[in-house]
Amino acid sequence: MTQPDPDKMLWMYETMLVIRHYEETLAQVYLEGKLPPNIQKGLAFDIASGPVPGEMHLSAGQEPVAVGVCAHLTDADTVVGTHRPHHFAIAKGVPLPQMTAEIFGKVTGLGRGKGGHMHLFDLPHRFSCSGIVGASMPPACGAALAAKMTGSGAVAVAFFGEGAANQGAFHESLNLAALWMLPVVFVCEDNRWAISVAKEKATSVASNARRAVAYGIEGVEVDHNDALAVFQAAGPAIRKAREGGGPTLIEVKTDRYMGHFQGDAEVYRSKAEVPSLRQHDPIRVLEASMRRQGDLDDVAVERLRTRAQAQVTTAFEFARASAYPAAEEALQHVFA
Amino acid sequence: MTQRKLTMAQAIAEAIGQEMERDPRVFAMGEDIGIYGGIFSATSGLLERFGPERIRDTPISETAFIGAATGAAAAGMRPIAELMFVDFFGVCMDQIYNHLAKNTYMSGGALKLPVVLTTAIGGGYGDAAQHSQCLYSTFAHMPGLKVVVPSNAYDAKGLMIQAIRDDNPVLYMFHKGIMGLPWMQYHEGATTEVPTDAYTLPFGQAAVVREGRHVTIVTLSQMVHKAMLAARTLAAEGIEVEIIDLRTLVPLDTATVLRSVAKTGRLLVVDEDYLNFGLSGEIAAVVAEHLDDIELKAPVRRLGVPAVPIPYSPALEPQVIPSINRIAEVCRALVDAKLKAAA
Repeated sequence: MTQPDPDKMLWMYETMLVIRHYEETLAQVYLEGKLPPNIQKGLAFDIASGPVPGEMHLSAGQEPVAVGVCAHLTDADTVVGTHRPHHFAIAKGVPLPQMTAEIFGKVTGLGRGKGGHMHLFDLPHRFSCSGIVGASMPPACGAALAAKMTGSGAVAVAFFGEGAANQGAFHESLNLAALWMLPVVFVCEDNRWAISVAKEKATSVASNARRAVAYGIEGVEVDHNDALAVFQAAGPAIRKAREGGGPTLIEVKTDRYMGHFQGDAEVYRSKAEVPSLRQHDPIRVLEASMRRQGDLDDVAVERLRTRAQAQVTTAFEFARASAYPAAEEALQHVFA
Repeated sequence: MTQRKLTMAQAIAEAIGQEMERDPRVFAMGEDIGIYGGIFSATSGLLERFGPERIRDTPISETAFIGAATGAAAAGMRPIAELMFVDFFGVCMDQIYNHLAKNTYMSGGALKLPVVLTTAIGGGYGDAAQHSQCLYSTFAHMPGLKVVVPSNAYDAKGLMIQAIRDDNPVLYMFHKGIMGLPWMQYHEGATTEVPTDAYTLPFGQAAVVREGRHVTIVTLSQMVHKAMLAARTLAAEGIEVEIIDLRTLVPLDTATVLRSVAKTGRLLVVDEDYLNFGLSGEIAAVVAEHLDDIELKAPVRRLGVPAVPIPYSPALEPQVIPSINRIAEVCRALVDAKLKAAA
């Protein structure tokens, strides 16, 4: 098992801090203008109000999947994320200010405010995502096909949730990728919840890694929500893809601390679940391990936290200060 | 530039071949496009020239390979993806209308998706409701896709080269009945002289394929040829029909339509797609919105497939697809019709 070198380990830790702090900030900002309840209008929660309209899906708890995989990638590699995309985007290097501006619907955003939080497109970092469950896999196959045909040596990673594995896109993509030996790695985030339906009520097998085997693809299970374990599983898969060895599917058991969306009453799971999950928070787990090895001390932790907070603060300030697109922009950019 | 007669299928295959030679980023994939040469011969002979990496047979997995076309285009390639029959698009509609058509807009114009989706449309040969639709209005309805529907070999080549060079998703729809296939009866008018060299035809420019002064027929694809045959009959009766071949639905050349209707004062839209909520309604609405500038001599008329699936029986199918006789009848009625005097 290859351990990340200290620099990489530090990057993983710091990136998880940024992601968590980013999402905690976003969770607060999201409530601006939505709460307190607007009783007069009969609303408990006005989803359209405030600086961040629409649905909001946060990934707190799932950071290990993003950093453990993206630690092996370069700007030339493609990542296609899900409707819960921030941890992937940040780990892939999508600039925080433009991403935040997009989430605010501002003209300085990645998509000039036309995509919003589920539709982040960052060409220089080859990052995209989709609001449609299961839809990340076919385009990732296409990016991998392009890499193969041009001999660029790049790989593509499709992240998806365990609920998406019951979509036709999953099965078609696995077959195509195996058939054409595409340099693609499929990474399943198994947080056990397809919105409100538990995995055991929706999926006929315990592990999607086993489904991969049926398509002639190596299936790897990472059974604990640990950045180092993900890093160790992803490394060989990405190397194999880069060297022409074809696709791999990695399924990571991970934890969704938040509801499916912000405002989700979470009637489908016990109130005790999240506090129990948080006892093994992956950021603290990595921190403890790095402290044991002498790679991290109080001073460094404080410095990294301050730096993460400053980055996030700058991004939100940029987004707030940015202008909205002009009205006529609504009619522009249908075509390139 | 030398010319020779080509079928529409040959013209399309020639266009794809010339563009693949010119640009190594262009490649084709789809069901049976390799050794078979495409069910409708649109890629005939290309496998031998370009090999299986660039003329790529796919599994019957439309979601995967249409989605892969989007991903490959985002990564700098220029894929052509053939999905045999337009009727099959439902199995991968998400990848088409939620991703291919929308991602340029949602990226604020940053993302270019130069994908050409090719597919066969149309009925008239007894293949029933799941293999005979046109559906171009369905795709023209959704913003973000250009929609090309050629009626002859010359246009087919120029529009295909234009489609491949366009930085946007283009849905390129060819009617089976005008491809010049040896196993299907077809209209000779679609097989035309085609220059050997590469050339482009701009999108959004309709062709006035016949000039006339009494009635304007706006149409496209195979119906152009049916309209031409009807016009020949009508000319013998003294009715001169002007025929407009739209060639592309997105972008739509409304100026040519309006100019012609202003001249003739009478409009018939002939459409092989469904009548309801479709192309014929769109063209009628465009004219209605310009009635300050256009004086109509008769009400607007539409011929299209009534709101029924295409039936199988040879006794039924001709009842729903506009025929040469029906086109001629409606034109005659139009010439006789009068707008009621304004109250």
